[in-house]
Amino acid sequence: MARDQVSAPPEPLSLEKIRKRQDWQRRSILLPALIFAIVMTQVPFLVTIGYSTFNWNLLKPNDFAFVGFDNYVTVFTSGDLWPSIVATVLITTLAVVLSLVIGLFFAILLDRSFRGQAIARTLLITPFLIMPAAASLIWKYSMFDTNIGVINWVVSSLSLPPIEWSTDYPLATVVIVLVWQFTPFMMLILLAGLQSQSKEILEAASVDGAGVWRTFQWITLPHLRTYIEISVLLGTIILLQVFDPIAIMTKGTGGTKTLSYLLYERAFIGLNVGEAAAYGVIAVVLTILVASAALRTMFKVFLDGGGK
Amino acid sequence: MKIKAALITAMTWVLVLVFFFPVLWMFLNAFKSENDASSIPPKFLFTPTLEGFQLAWDRGMATYMANSLFASVGATLLILLLAVPGAYALSIRPVKKTQDTLFFFISTRFLPVAAVILPLYMIFKSLGVLDNIIALGFVYAAINLPIAIWMMRSFFLEVPREIVEAAQLDGAGLYKELTKVVLPLVLPGIAAVGLIVFIFSWNEYFLATLLTTSDAKTTPPFLASFVDGRGLFLGAISAAASLATLPVIIAGWVAQKQLVRGLAMGAVK
Repeated sequence: MARDQVSAPPEPLSLEKIRKRQDWQRRSILLPALIFAIVMTQVPFLVTIGYSTFNWNLLKPNDFAFVGFDNYVTVFTSGDLWPSIVATVLITTLAVVLSLVIGLFFAILLDRSFRGQAIARTLLITPFLIMPAAASLIWKYSMFDTNIGVINWVVSSLSLPPIEWSTDYPLATVVIVLVWQFTPFMMLILLAGLQSQSKEILEAASVDGAGVWRTFQWITLPHLRTYIEISVLLGTIILLQVFDPIAIMTKGTGGTKTLSYLLYERAFIGLNVGEAAAYGVIAVVLTILVASAALRTMFKVFLDGGGK
Repeated sequence: MKIKAALITAMTWVLVLVFFFPVLWMFLNAFKSENDASSIPPKFLFTPTLEGFQLAWDRGMATYMANSLFASVGATLLILLLAVPGAYALSIRPVKKTQDTLFFFISTRFLPVAAVILPLYMIFKSLGVLDNIIALGFVYAAINLPIAIWMMRSFFLEVPREIVEAAQLDGAGLYKELTKVVLPLVLPGIAAVGLIVFIFSWNEYFLATLLTTSDAKTTPPFLASFVDGRGLFLGAISAAASLATLPVIIAGWVAQKQLVRGLAMGAVK
């Protein structure tokens, strides 16, 4: 009997068996990342929701009490919330749309082969690599400044009156810096899209006598759709949280007080934890609302693992 | 036709240079004396000086850059450690559960930092780790982990199934399969993910300004502190900004291709 067992050929390992045996193991290696993400982001978010139901001002520790939705009532009736939502949505939309349009324009220009093409692309992506805090500082002092800024030097060379950027156009200064930083981001993704176009189809279109504009409209734009969606979605997610140029350039003046900045003000200057938490929760809801529509389309793309 | 092409090329270059000008101007101003830096009309020819760098250095820039480096490298290593197995688990045999988990991960990236900063601040305060660079590194790892898992998964998906299956038939365990077979194939992708996470951490300002005050202060809050300074130090600001941005600029220039793929989370090939 023992001999039989020894001489019996070992049962061949099938892929199915291996998979089954390792299934738990394969899933379990996700656990550390999952637990870390839950502990560091989900739990704090739940705590934030909890905070938002308390009257909690660090300056008045004795008034600490559960107040239910009172903070939300305060927030909704205070008159600060609506302008802040408008600022957030306006800045995000302007920055995304403008950088998308300019980015597409640059992508088309860089899709041609010309002398120094690689250098031009390298120079063009640089604004995106600049630390936002540094970009804000550089623009604030060396570009926008009324006395020593380069823009006003150009403006006055054209014998136009100088522009008081920081006092008259704070929203524009924030949007300009954001567009400057995000145009390269859009350009990179769209350029990748343009370069993945099939050359044969483009040639066929040109042989068929389709003009440049018609080719662009009927072949290139539909092809770019995925890439445009991706760049808009990612740009929107990042820009909805915009804080750095506002904190450094405008301090929330002139219609630039976004939700992030408002929360920062309430929590870390006003020390009103309960109210700030309510703003935090509202920021999340707004982000989900704005992004989920886009996400639903995008998620399919991501799950498929890529564009065409 | 030739003239038209030349004109378009010329226009492209003009626009690119206009776009690049603020960066160029920052690097030029960094080497100017304060008088030259704030002169109107702007000076393109000047006697270079290191005064600005000297001033930034005297304000303790080296310490802040070291803090930035520590937090960013730490966060990057922790993320790679968690995201490589995490993304691998999510890249094989896509089942309904995988999709749900993926959705969970991407949704955490939608969570504004504003939603978690208050509890983190309170908890850090009670643990006595406010102004602690290790704690900041952990937070950076947490906020960038989802995006890292997404990007990395897209690289794992490109590994041919046959190679993995062959390894499995050879009796390689999961650990061997991952480290000996899969990882070498996706190394460029992992490098891209690491680079992007490093850049995000290095450039981060909001959390850094709230969770650190002096000992663990990083470069972005240090730069922002120039705003409240008296008088104008355009030379010094430019010098400090140049030092702060140079590492990322060079890294980004070198790794342009990987950057695109990573930034588009693998949706761009």
